[in-house]
Amino acid sequence: MHELALCQALLRQVEAVAAEHNASSVSRILLRYGPLSGVEPHLLRQAYPLAAAGTPAEGAELVMEESPVRVRCRTCGVESEAVPNRLVCAACGDWHTDLVSGDELLLASLELDIPEDPAPE
Amino acid sequence: MCDTCGCNITPGNRHLIIGEGKLARTEDGRTAVSVLQGLLSENDHQAAHNREHFDRRGILALNLMSSPGAGKTRLLEATIDALKGELGIAVIEGDLETENDAERVRARGVPAIQIATGSACHLDAHMVHDALHHLPLEGVDIVFIENVGNLVCPASFDLGHHRNVILLSVVEGDDKPAKYPVMFRAADLMLITKTDLLPFLDDFEPAAAERHLRALACEAPVLQLSASKGPGMEEWLGWLRGEAAAQRERATRGESLRPSVAPDAHGHDHDHAHHHAHP
Ligand SMILES: Nc1nc2c(ncn2[C@@H]2O[C@H](COP(=O)(O)OP(=O)(O)OP(=O)(O)O)[C@@H](O)[C@H]2O)c(=O)[nH]1
Ligand SMILES: [Zn+2]
Ligand SMILES: [Zn+2]
Ligand SMILES: [Zn+2]
Ligand SMILES: [Zn+2]
Repeated sequence: MHELALCQALLRQVEAVAAEHNASSVSRILLRYGPLSGVEPHLLRQAYPLAAAGTPAEGAELVMEESPVRVRCRTCGVESEAVPNRLVCAACGDWHTDLVSGDELLLASLELDIPEDPAPE
Repeated sequence: MCDTCGCNITPGNRHLIIGEGKLARTEDGRTAVSVLQGLLSENDHQAAHNREHFDRRGILALNLMSSPGAGKTRLLEATIDALKGELGIAVIEGDLETENDAERVRARGVPAIQIATGSACHLDAHMVHDALHHLPLEGVDIVFIENVGNLVCPASFDLGHHRNVILLSVVEGDDKPAKYPVMFRAADLMLITKTDLLPFLDDFEPAAAERHLRALACEAPVLQLSASKGPGMEEWLGWLRGEAAAQRERATRGESLRPSVAPDAHGHDHDHAHHHAHP
């Protein structure tokens, strides 16, 4: 599995955002993922501390929110909830649908510790 | 780079995200930043760059995915033999350990680069880029990328290819698409392989495999073939000829194509320029 590589990509992005805001550390990371993203949340959780060790995100709380699988029907236009292996319209049963959500894998937000304004020079 | 372009925001998930504000204070005074980056954006940018390598030369790049042993290399051997003198072919082989597949392909007279992934269970865009720089591309019409045999990981990584071809061999069971939706939903073409074995199996129904694929809202054509015994090869070769011709035309118009379902990259068209010098 590639969860360690994903964690490393995540941390590169976290570090970039933290640096941009002059943060001293990161206290919370919110990830949003869909069941169709292919990521295994528990594996990601296991890999995270390894990747985070020695970074400003060491010790940050990793929060993972699963987004729902939703499809929009091309035939009848209805948007409905679906399960990962049955992406059909709940209203008319047609399989000609577009995925509206459920395959995303996003760094959604961060909570940062930002030191008080440094004394003016 | 697309720092906060929201690569991955779709009409469906946008409402989950906006309203938090870009910069806010939490109760305990910490600063909350909303970021919205697809985790695979580095891979996706490399993939876009790889696609430019192919497009500039009018080359069609196909990603072959399947379980281990579904017949990817055997199909490549038969395809190379059938298209000899008609279409130029080069192969990138992903394998955990051995050079075997690349050697089998080279024995057919076609350039092949082996990427030994070591423990990695999939190819990524960076590995393909490295391989591309060692693969002679003059006179090549189609680059086949044989991914690591695995129905889980490979689907999550854009390699910079144009089409996903997914093999399902008849010995695996016709419900594989329902068991591995992340992979099969990405198919641009599903090949049911080893059909010469169908008479010996009483529980594989090609129509059922296709029904499971449609339940994933996948419109990909489904072809049946036996790379060893021949039936079905003509339809596959016809699909290849058509796709190669379409890719050449797109290239003359300066257009490109992404697989119909690309991982982790909604609504983001990678149209910004990537410049780097090549030897
Ligand atoms: N009967 C039959 N056997 C086949 C066919 N195609 C491949 N095989 C056999 O299936 C086995 C695996 O084929 P490969 O082509 O090596 O499979 P692969 O998908 O490249 O395997 P990995 O690279 O290890 O994932 C070999 O013993 C092939 O000879 C076919 O059409 N019919
Ligand atoms: Zn409908
Ligand atoms: Zn092989
Ligand atoms: Zn390059
Ligand atoms: Zn993997």
